[in-house]
Amino acid sequence: MPDPGKSRSSKLSAWRKLANVGATLFAVTSAVLVLVPLLAIFIYLLIKGVGAINWAFLTQTPKPVGEPGGGMANAMVGSGLILLIASTIGIPTGIGCGIFLAEYGRNRFGDFVRFTADVLNGVPSIVIGIVAYSLVVLRQKHFSAYSGGLALGIMMVPTVARATEEMLLMVPNSIREAALGLGIPKWRTTLSITLRTASAGVITGCMLAFARVAGETAPLLFTAFGNQYWNLNPNQPTAALPLQVFVYAISPFDEWHRQAWAGALILIVMIVVAVAAVRIVTSRGMLKGAS
Amino acid sequence: MNPTDPTESQQPITSVPSLAQTSAERKKTTTSSPALARIRRHTPGSSKVPDTFFRGIIALAAFSVFVIVVLIVYELIDKSRMSLHQFGIRFFYGKDWDPVNGDFGALPFVYGTVVSSVLALILAVPLSVGVAVFLTEMCPVALRAIISFLVELLAAIPSVIYGLWGIFVLCPLLRVYVQPPLAKYFGWTHLFSGPQFGLGMLAAGIVLAIMVVPIVASITREVLSAVPQNQREAALALGATRWEMIRVAVLRNARIGILGAVILGLGRALGETMAVTMVIGNRPEIAKSLFAPGYTMASVIANEFSEATGDLYLSALVEIGLALFIVTLIVNALARLLVWSITGGTARVNA
Amino acid sequence: MGVGIEVRGLKAWYGKSLALKDIDMSVPANHVTAVIGPSGCGKSTFVRCLNRMHETIPEAHAEGEVKVGDIEVYGDGTDPVDVRRKIGMVFQKPNPFPTMSIYDNVAAGLRLNGFHNRKQMNELVERSLKLSALWEEVKDALHKQSGASLSGGQQQRLCIARALAVEPDVLLMDEPASALDPISTSKIEELIFQLKQHYTVVIVTHNMQQAARVAEFTGFFLMGSLIEFDKTEKIFTTPADKRTEDYITGRFG
Repeated sequence: MPDPGKSRSSKLSAWRKLANVGATLFAVTSAVLVLVPLLAIFIYLLIKGVGAINWAFLTQTPKPVGEPGGGMANAMVGSGLILLIASTIGIPTGIGCGIFLAEYGRNRFGDFVRFTADVLNGVPSIVIGIVAYSLVVLRQKHFSAYSGGLALGIMMVPTVARATEEMLLMVPNSIREAALGLGIPKWRTTLSITLRTASAGVITGCMLAFARVAGETAPLLFTAFGNQYWNLNPNQPTAALPLQVFVYAISPFDEWHRQAWAGALILIVMIVVAVAAVRIVTSRGMLKGAS
Repeated sequence: MNPTDPTESQQPITSVPSLAQTSAERKKTTTSSPALARIRRHTPGSSKVPDTFFRGIIALAAFSVFVIVVLIVYELIDKSRMSLHQFGIRFFYGKDWDPVNGDFGALPFVYGTVVSSVLALILAVPLSVGVAVFLTEMCPVALRAIISFLVELLAAIPSVIYGLWGIFVLCPLLRVYVQPPLAKYFGWTHLFSGPQFGLGMLAAGIVLAIMVVPIVASITREVLSAVPQNQREAALALGATRWEMIRVAVLRNARIGILGAVILGLGRALGETMAVTMVIGNRPEIAKSLFAPGYTMASVIANEFSEATGDLYLSALVEIGLALFIVTLIVNALARLLVWSITGGTARVNA
Repeated sequence: MGVGIEVRGLKAWYGKSLALKDIDMSVPANHVTAVIGPSGCGKSTFVRCLNRMHETIPEAHAEGEVKVGDIEVYGDGTDPVDVRRKIGMVFQKPNPFPTMSIYDNVAAGLRLNGFHNRKQMNELVERSLKLSALWEEVKDALHKQSGASLSGGQQQRLCIARALAVEPDVLLMDEPASALDPISTSKIEELIFQLKQHYTVVIVTHNMQQAARVAEFTGFFLMGSLIEFDKTEKIFTTPADKRTEDYITGRFG
């Protein structure tokens, strides 16, 4: 017969109540504390950056040290050039890898590839910079946009591959089977049907990878190296926006500090747009043609 | 009297045309469209070649991932050969980094990397788990999407912008409001002594912590969501408060995954370059105080690589890169294994 | 020795939709009462309102009077956590804590409520496992085996032991055997029969034969209302309401 006296307490102990409240408080405070730096960074970027963005900033190259004015136009164009090279390397490879993982890789070998891609994702960007330096710069004996593009392109591959794989896996099998049943060969099914259905998602995955490497500085330090003048030759050292922000930020000149904030603002706007676009597309459900 | 009722149909089945014809006749009569005719002409065997070709290209793309990793390993080892040969293992416990005299000891950088990363984790892990618990167990549904978007945004901010903010906002703040009271009340620990520049190990730890939180928080959130609802109900039905339910049924079940998330965060902290370089002070010294400037493995490469004179100098820097690669490799592999074991390989990391 | 449950005017909502409409019911002490009805009739919702588990679902709430012994479950000062400690619940899918040993599973409720005396805990754990007819099977592996390593039927008996360890007055069971094989089911049914000596049991079941086998009283729910409540024998042989009769004879549900 159970003895009611043994383990009963008729009221919840104050200690337990306190612990409950304390834990809730801690969790809420954590959420607030985490968001504070985010807000702080954005506010500072806006305040300090907006003032420095003007027509000169967007169209001119840097003025010699000490002279006011000038801009980061060459850095923006340079970034564009480097990112173009990076995308040419990274996106096709990444999409191809993603197609492999989704369509041919549901097996041990595929797991191995997936794992390797994740590992590659975790390699510090500066190490990839060293490798690009070693492969290209050392051989050519000069810095170039090519080497910078190679480093960034390598970094794009895992992100694009994983995103492509995920989006392709979301395409229902019935669509593939419908196409195959019509006599369409597998290669065409994959490209024209499956990939096309998942295209919105794959594009946003590429955008995400693009935004991520657009802000990378470390691998460019000794590959693209930077350039104070206009350069459209990919075989020459080339300026890049994040690189310019870095150089200006650690310089002792106030004028350059102002411009660093401006460059950072431009960079962050681009990235926020990309991240928001990804969110919108993936939440709306990108498989418009699928169901 | 339903006109579509099949049992009332008077049509005999043989009046349906195609069944009465031979296949040859069918081919002649049923199509006038050239596209359809083309498809009919396509015999099954002829798509083998393009299929194999396509598969080959795709496999090549997949294989390239291996090629890249192999290249990385090869180039790192090859270019650090000189330094490996010259210094051997004492490279990593040599305290002097002296490019002028050609003596390279990497201990200050190892120390700096470890201390800044550990400090970052100490600050980041409680916050990250707190945010994750808040989002999965306490947050009203409407807020959830907004907050998780904001956390994702934190992860997307480039390192150089964190560094910029660190130099011009965080460091002055530390110098004026944080370092004095720390020195006053906790100076006896010897952790908060020495000149107060704002820059230094403390600043680096804080900036790293901010950068690591989004990763740890989002993975922790995924593993917490993976805990089945009926576990929570079991705890509640026993008379647990919400916190007790979270402790017993959620956190406890997810602990392996959380560990994986933390290790992944560690991996990110170890390899982080720009933000740390901009706030850590870049002095290759080992000091107990968190106010002192330091240097990390990634930072020394970033600062000195493009100006390295001499092959040995460069080789030493590459060796540091090799060490960094190996360490982050092990840490990331371990973390992925842990996280995959909980979420069954579905967790996606926007790192 | 047990307590009865008095329900007056109980209503429950999921968001804006009303799932339970004005339920009045008297559950007699120390007996087994079955709650039957077709899918979606509100029987699970009803039982989950008794120990205030219903409101743990987002946007769900309940109103009305529920008295378990002297406890006003929905009273102004009543803490739902406290209510849940005094009313035990066993769920449809066995949910032992996988990271805890068998012993720790049974003791979980005790530890949560601040109970720490080692010797008494050992006694209570043994007693609970014996009450749920699991003791003989696990007594040698109490600390070594995890709760999740047992078979389905054993896991459910473990969950029953866990619920009993905190000495509730009432035991609520939400389709406790529907996820189990026939042999485990009959073991659980035997167990329920034994338990009524010490506890008041309310069991939700979609299996009418089960209700007939284990319960002395039965309530028939349909579309959120309690249609009929009486001795099981009467419900199944001479139901007063036509709807009850239709359900019993299999015309719907």
